[in-house]
Amino acid sequence: MNWTAVRSIFVFEMFRFFRTIAQSFLAPVISTSLYFVVFGAAIGSRIQEVEGVSYGAFIVPGLVMLTVITQSISNASFGIYFPKFIGTFFELLAAPISFLEIVLGYVGAAATKALIIGTIILLTANFFVDFTIQHPLAMVGFLLMTTISFALLGFILGIWAGNFEQLQIVPLLIVTPLVFLGGSFYSISMLPPVWQTISMFNPVVYLISGFRWAFFGTADVPILTSLLAIVFFMMLCLAVIWWIFRTGWRIRE
Amino acid sequence: MHNIVEINNLKKSYKGGFEALKGINLTIRQGEILALLGPNGAGKTTLISTICGITTATSGTVSVGGHDTVKDYRAARKLIGLVPQEIHLEPFEKVINTVRFSRGLFGAGSDDAVIEKILRQLSLWDKKDSQIRALSGGMKRRVLIAKALAHNPRVLFLDEPTAGVDVELRKDMWQIVAGLKADGVTIILTTHYIEEAEAIADRVGVITKGELMLVEEKDTLMARMGQKELEVQLSEPISAVPDAIASDALRLSADGTALIYTYDTRKERTGITSLLAKVSEAGLVLRDVVTRQSSLEEVFVNLVHKADEKTSQSEDAA
Repeated sequence: MNWTAVRSIFVFEMFRFFRTIAQSFLAPVISTSLYFVVFGAAIGSRIQEVEGVSYGAFIVPGLVMLTVITQSISNASFGIYFPKFIGTFFELLAAPISFLEIVLGYVGAAATKALIIGTIILLTANFFVDFTIQHPLAMVGFLLMTTISFALLGFILGIWAGNFEQLQIVPLLIVTPLVFLGGSFYSISMLPPVWQTISMFNPVVYLISGFRWAFFGTADVPILTSLLAIVFFMMLCLAVIWWIFRTGWRIRE
Repeated sequence: MHNIVEINNLKKSYKGGFEALKGINLTIRQGEILALLGPNGAGKTTLISTICGITTATSGTVSVGGHDTVKDYRAARKLIGLVPQEIHLEPFEKVINTVRFSRGLFGAGSDDAVIEKILRQLSLWDKKDSQIRALSGGMKRRVLIAKALAHNPRVLFLDEPTAGVDVELRKDMWQIVAGLKADGVTIILTTHYIEEAEAIADRVGVITKGELMLVEEKDTLMARMGQKELEVQLSEPISAVPDAIASDALRLSADGTALIYTYDTRKERTGITSLLAKVSEAGLVLRDVVTRQSSLEEVFVNLVHKADEKTSQSEDAA
């Protein structure tokens, strides 16, 4: 294991993050604040409590998840796609490292960035609404597993993408709708029965439900199911990455 | 002098069936400068990429410093530095950070003294905090070299280091290469400039159509393959070669002031003695006599033509 290489990739990626600090930090903070103003303050004041929690507080876990998921994907996919795009990828291939080091470096950095942003959003949320976290450890656990899993997914996308359009298309057309329809802003139980059933096929439902349970102790699906879902998703991504590295797909063609 | 790189029957074919490398065998000695010469698309870059781990070989083996580049890739690659043909750099990164990154990637712990030495050696120290996009093309090429040297490799591959580079920078590059050789680094460079191979290489390999036509000491190569020219300068210009001395090997210079005789140094009799005798018999007065070695360029063109003939012959046969 070449830990020096892992650290180098990680540090290099974090440098990029801090160099584009406005884009990296401010954008998600501003957009989240807007959600709170619109949904929490303006509309939320007219919505009754959801499952015993004020609407403003209710959307906090969903908003954090929304940001963390999109950030993990975009950071990881861009992080690995950019060297491919500008041609510096050759250096990773010629270096005395295995793909494990590449994944650890890039996914680790992407997940860290997403975690930092997730934390900032939680702190921002504190300014707008009051909430308590009933199971802080579970909250951290879910957050970690989600960032890592979606950073892995982003890594796969970045390896797969042949141009910037492809890099955007999966987050835009698949992930964002799944997250929005996954109960970020509502409880699945508020839906008509048919849509409740359909929602059960949305993997993000399990993540948000589990994460919300960590905050308020209430969930749409059993917490164990949520846990299994996220573990399964992470394993799936790892398997795909393992296969990519095994075959050199889109890497050493 | 022991061998640092050994390439055994290395083959690379692509999905479409195109054979980029058709069984390359090559041994590279420690501390030498080997120039791989060949036309565009000859397989030079593929060969380098395969050694460095960017593409995988279809069959055959490569070892660097005794380490197999596939089975023991970590040990092998630590010894290798690669300067690619295209300028691939992170435009927004600072020079020093990108060099540090390369060093770390190769598993070498951070060492600011080493980085400083390399940057100074390449006249990049003043630019260490500049963003790469602000540098000129020549400077960017130096950054690529600095990155490749960051982990103190023992073998440096330079893929067309002077392609599209102006004359001055080319000379600079040659000096850098000479300096690296003095530090004991083995250098393999690809080029299609014969002048370059002639100027800096110890040995020259000629690749064309995925085959290594030959590898030889540059001097031997030129002596063996080379024809020499003897220029007999006359004190009075003449209008035609006198019949008494006319032959296929002899021609008159455009201004009529010199007879140019082409001969083969490998032959037992070069014909110089009899030529000079005949020249004085013909009553011509000599002003000076000059001999010239034919350039590597002619050697190269000869070889590539031979390869072309070979393929067309085998195609005819099929």
